[in-house]
Amino acid sequence: MAEYNFLVVEDSPTMRQLISFSLKRLRGARIVEAGNGVEALKKLSENKFNLIVADINMPLMDGLKLLSIVRKDPNHSQVPVIIVSTEGTEADKEKGMNLGANAYLPKPIQTNELLRTVKELLKIGD
Amino acid sequence: MSKPENLLKEFVAEAEEIIENLNQNLLAMEATEDKTTVRPDVLNAIFRAAHTLKGMSGMVGLKKVSEISHRLEDMLDNLRMGKLPMSQPVMDTLFKGMELLRGLIESVNAGKGEEADITPMLQQIQQVMSGGPKSPSSAGAEGIDPALLKVLTEYETHRLNENIRLKINLFEFTVRFPLETFDKDLAKLNTKLQSFGEIITTLPSPGMSPEAGIVFKLIIGTKTDLKTLQSQFSQDQLEIRPIGLKMERGRSDESVVPAAPEEDKGSGSIRSITPTVRVDIGKLDTLLNVVGELVLNKAVIGQISKEMSHNQGFTTTGVELQKAYQALDRRVGELQEGLVEIRMIPIGQVFDRLVRVVRKLSRELGKEVDLQISGEETKLDKSMIEEIADPLMHLIRNSLDHGIELKEDRLKAGKPEIGIINLRAIQKGNNVVIEVEDDGLGVDLAKIYKKGLERGLLDKNKEYDQRELINVLFTPGFSTAEEVTEVSGRGVGLDVVAKNISKLSGLVDVETEMGKGTKFSITLPITLVIIKALVVRVGTEIYAIPLNSVSESLMIQSKDIRTVEKREVTRLRDHTLALLRIRDVFHLPATESGEDRLYVIVVGLAEKRIGLVVDAIEGQQEIVIKSLGEFLRDTPGIAGATELGNRKTILVLDVAALIEEATKTHFSEKKNDPDAKKKTGQPAVI
Repeated sequence: MAEYNFLVVEDSPTMRQLISFSLKRLRGARIVEAGNGVEALKKLSENKFNLIVADINMPLMDGLKLLSIVRKDPNHSQVPVIIVSTEGTEADKEKGMNLGANAYLPKPIQTNELLRTVKELLKIGD
Repeated sequence: MSKPENLLKEFVAEAEEIIENLNQNLLAMEATEDKTTVRPDVLNAIFRAAHTLKGMSGMVGLKKVSEISHRLEDMLDNLRMGKLPMSQPVMDTLFKGMELLRGLIESVNAGKGEEADITPMLQQIQQVMSGGPKSPSSAGAEGIDPALLKVLTEYETHRLNENIRLKINLFEFTVRFPLETFDKDLAKLNTKLQSFGEIITTLPSPGMSPEAGIVFKLIIGTKTDLKTLQSQFSQDQLEIRPIGLKMERGRSDESVVPAAPEEDKGSGSIRSITPTVRVDIGKLDTLLNVVGELVLNKAVIGQISKEMSHNQGFTTTGVELQKAYQALDRRVGELQEGLVEIRMIPIGQVFDRLVRVVRKLSRELGKEVDLQISGEETKLDKSMIEEIADPLMHLIRNSLDHGIELKEDRLKAGKPEIGIINLRAIQKGNNVVIEVEDDGLGVDLAKIYKKGLERGLLDKNKEYDQRELINVLFTPGFSTAEEVTEVSGRGVGLDVVAKNISKLSGLVDVETEMGKGTKFSITLPITLVIIKALVVRVGTEIYAIPLNSVSESLMIQSKDIRTVEKREVTRLRDHTLALLRIRDVFHLPATESGEDRLYVIVVGLAEKRIGLVVDAIEGQQEIVIKSLGEFLRDTPGIAGATELGNRKTILVLDVAALIEEATKTHFSEKKNDPDAKKKTGQPAVI
């Protein structure tokens, strides 16, 4: 069975748990969690991932910096990144897309929407 | 949607923690003497708390908590962005809002649901907000470098501008941490920095590796001066660089200056914090040439050092020289790497141009097509980007014109109405692979065979496999288009594409399936200027072979060579490897070496693999490719010239052209065909 390594980067533990919980509904999903951009970088230095879900607004290092570095890192530049954020941060969302995010999902995250996007990006059939 | 059982519990626990933090931060804020100069990081933390609370409560379906935190978040956003001044009513509203949230969460936790009337609170927030959103105080983002702006959040941009406006010293801290501990190291540095001022942003730098660790750049706004910072942080391994011209300006601008020019200066000085400089590529070329010369000088010193230790054994001077050479080697390497890195630009610049072309063409041809792009961040040497644009344009035109079918035909074939062309760039080691893939007709091999026979490019008595037939596509003057179209039937064929790409030391590969589509893959080295090469000898001649196209080298004896269909081949594990004797290619005189030993350098990619037969392998070396000038420019098989450490000029082999030479079908090898010569402009034989 195919295995998918996901990196979930989100500072709120509840949100993180919800995203991870949604992703676990995919067969073969393995999830690594990080609470901010720096933690995510740490995880990226240790593992390879099939997909990253990242919040934009986070302490220490936000999602935009994380995204910019992921896209510049030869080891991870091709990893699809979904950015999630609440409404009202349109300018930052647009920056995220310009920096090479593959998709944007508004919070609150809908499980079905998230799964659909993930499947699309990873080309997983139903 | 099903949720984890304990989600609500989790939520309550986190919400309580957030509110507790909020409370502490608010108290800290109120404790300051002048409430209008709230610490921006504290204010931002409060904003983030409301923001998180809003997101969370929305997810667990707590409408009132969500609504309140949403409004508070809006208010706090205005506060932190300088659009709303801090005042006592604002402070009161924040405290009251927080109390209300605490009450709501408690009642939810007690299983009573959201038990409170939130209307008065909402009205209060509304009133405070209408207290006048003052226009943002900062100059705006005009002066900031777009590259930096791209990664700064709106809030960070605002803070940067505020610091400039308030003439606060800005410093860039550059720090390198080991990969194992950087998260803790950074947190420690953050804590220390916060006692000096505001951390405006933390920017990671690309290129983390176990050896080099990871580099962060932090932009700090502080009232402390450079000297104090340097002494305070002397223990930490970091560089501190002042940004902006604040300090000099502070001296000359003591007098009161009109506000407007001041603003201009503010945004003017920020230019110096931008991490980018525009440089003419010509200047970089010159610099790189100098570095190239330096690489040669280095090789000379290496040579001398080697000879010295060879002739005199281990002398003190010899060992010193060896050490100095190694240090030089490292530094030159860093210099060169740095310069090459500067020349790299994202391939997205070319992709953007192609998008426009596709739009135009699809209109002209009446074919709807969806151009899907990925990997536009992939970087290539600036000069290569310029050179790759035309071949890519041609391949895309080709896909649109010959590949993608008309709408009716697509529907008939059971395909989606809109055709898809995928344009991808992927970095693979020191190469960049660019793919142009369409979901169109695919290459009709039977048609190629027919056309090939008609044009005398194929022999009807011979059998051809798919690869050989596809190679015919790249033969000068070959086109299967039924009629010449506006778009791609201009007499410029894929042969030009292949030729242009081989000039860049690249290779083209084609995969195709009838009815399914075609994929062209172009493999290019990241840079052409300084490359690693294998130095080989044939008789008395020395050649360099770019190492990125070498897969392995073998030592064989002449009995290992067999002749199949008039071509020399040898066994490489389970495969037959076509051989090409460099001696024959360049018509060198035969020499007797006495020893029956030959070296085969296996070059190429994927199935296109051949062995170049040489007399000896001299070693590996970095070389700087120089163009050959007008006279020899289009010499087949030669990509350029280079100098070795011993100051001898040698030729660099053009691997793509040699592969073409070796895999050419018998009939296309008509070197005296005047027509073919005219089309390629190549001298027939050197």
